[in-house]
Amino acid sequence: MPIILDKVSHIYGEDTAMAVRALDNISLVIPDGQFIGLIGHTGSGKSTLVQHLNGLMKATSGNIYFNGEDIDAEDFDKKKLRSKVGLVFQYPEHQLFETDVFADVCFGPKNLGLSKKEIELRAYEALKLVGLEDDYFYQSPFDLSGGQKRRVAIAGVLAMKPEVLILDEPTAGLDPKGRDEILDQISKLKRETGITVLLVSHSMDDVAKYVDRIIVMNKGSVMYDDVPKEVFRHYQELEEIGLAAPQVTYIMKDLRDRGYSVSDEITTIEEAREEIKSYFTRLVAVRKER
Amino acid sequence: MLRDITLGQYYQADSVIHRLDPRVKLGTTILFIISLFVFDGFWGYLVAALFLAVVIKLSKVPFKFMVRGMKSIVFLLSITVIFNLFLTPGEPIVHIWKLTITQEGLKLAILLSIRLGFLIIGSSVMTLTTTPNQLTDGLEKMLRPLNKMKVPVHEIAMMMSIALRFIPILMEETDKIMKAQLARCADFDSGNLIKKAKSLVPLLVPLFISAFRRANDLAMAMEARCYRGGDHRTKMKPLHYEKRDYIAYMIVIVYLVGGIAAGKLMPVLLGSMIL
Repeated sequence: MPIILDKVSHIYGEDTAMAVRALDNISLVIPDGQFIGLIGHTGSGKSTLVQHLNGLMKATSGNIYFNGEDIDAEDFDKKKLRSKVGLVFQYPEHQLFETDVFADVCFGPKNLGLSKKEIELRAYEALKLVGLEDDYFYQSPFDLSGGQKRRVAIAGVLAMKPEVLILDEPTAGLDPKGRDEILDQISKLKRETGITVLLVSHSMDDVAKYVDRIIVMNKGSVMYDDVPKEVFRHYQELEEIGLAAPQVTYIMKDLRDRGYSVSDEITTIEEAREEIKSYFTRLVAVRKER
Repeated sequence: MLRDITLGQYYQADSVIHRLDPRVKLGTTILFIISLFVFDGFWGYLVAALFLAVVIKLSKVPFKFMVRGMKSIVFLLSITVIFNLFLTPGEPIVHIWKLTITQEGLKLAILLSIRLGFLIIGSSVMTLTTTPNQLTDGLEKMLRPLNKMKVPVHEIAMMMSIALRFIPILMEETDKIMKAQLARCADFDSGNLIKKAKSLVPLLVPLFISAFRRANDLAMAMEARCYRGGDHRTKMKPLHYEKRDYIAYMIVIVYLVGGIAAGKLMPVLLGSMIL
């Protein structure tokens, strides 16, 4: 179900001396089934924006529509919205509280008032989706490693069967291996279930590999909203606001500057490998002709 | 959600009162409170009111912040006033149903509400112009003599400032965890008392865990920097009295003497003038 934001603004501490405009006139459409990366420097308003999408924060002005309904309307069921738009916060492992992993994942679906059988089925499915082995199910969540805790927390949201999954910096504080595992798992989940995924991050390298669309935020407004290739074309502007294109893009640009005729619109390592391979094939072909 | 609650109500401004040594402000507040109970009669309180007005003006803190402190005691104040009004024996003025308002009662009620009001405003001037850290610093230095009686003054002050410092952090943490559980469709508001208490478990368990984690981290960080506490510890900004602090003490003494004198002498003076 699509989410539409119409001129949404949010001001912290309105009518005090310290008022901060965190969101400035944001209009966006999030259609079904997209994999979107939301990128911005610290303090650009990313986290504030995502908290509006499931009704945790109320826009100072503007409207948000979920499936055509205004989420700030009096009779709108916020609880239902939160089960449809699953939000995984930064460091979600800090929200774990139950005595064992399985019980914690059951918390979300239990709040939806489902039958015991349905709750347990959903919790099991969710834990499988995040790739946690059965051995851990009845352990205390506090005995797990950082990466495992995070999977449990993500499963806690997935167990509500959301149609839109929002992840706020899901890789913060993880080592490179844990980071790749989580991102691969999310991408796999996206492929298998077809849900809409919104990935919030400040790392282009994390995002470039997976998403179909990138929204770049700066100082509370949307700066770019396009497919990754188009967004990374503006790498100089991105640098100015404290972001950067993926490292591999810089390598390709460097190669091109040194006279190798490779494309500089490369955003992932796989693309780079293919491009370099085809460059050599072209080179060999040219030599043979001579 | 919890962002609106502020504790430690320091109001940032650049004024003489803000710059005063915290010990001066603590001492003055105590003396001011004592003065409210020593002064009697209209003239004494007029002096107190004038003193308070001048201090508020100097502090550059908007008056509405002082009144905000009053709101919390409105209930207490109204009970005190009502009890004094109706239950003090003496010369009756008005009869309402079975209750009587006496002259003495009216006088006592007015006196008490003035005392309580001034007391709250006076102490909020101090908390509004002094950061919690300055306050604990001031307290530590004032209570230093107790060290000789084996009271761990420094440790107590340190605990106080850490506790104060942790209030906003824990508030923020509560807000975050609350939102995370709300995102999992938690319900904190509905149901009876037992259900409500139960619904707090998903909030309190993570909060306690994070409080312990933070306390542990802080202890480690302090030990890593060789914190030993107590004796021989020097301060980055040691408190010392400046000229303005001595002047402030003098003004306070003049105020005390003036207030007492006004309370005793003015009626006599006025009496002789009329005669």
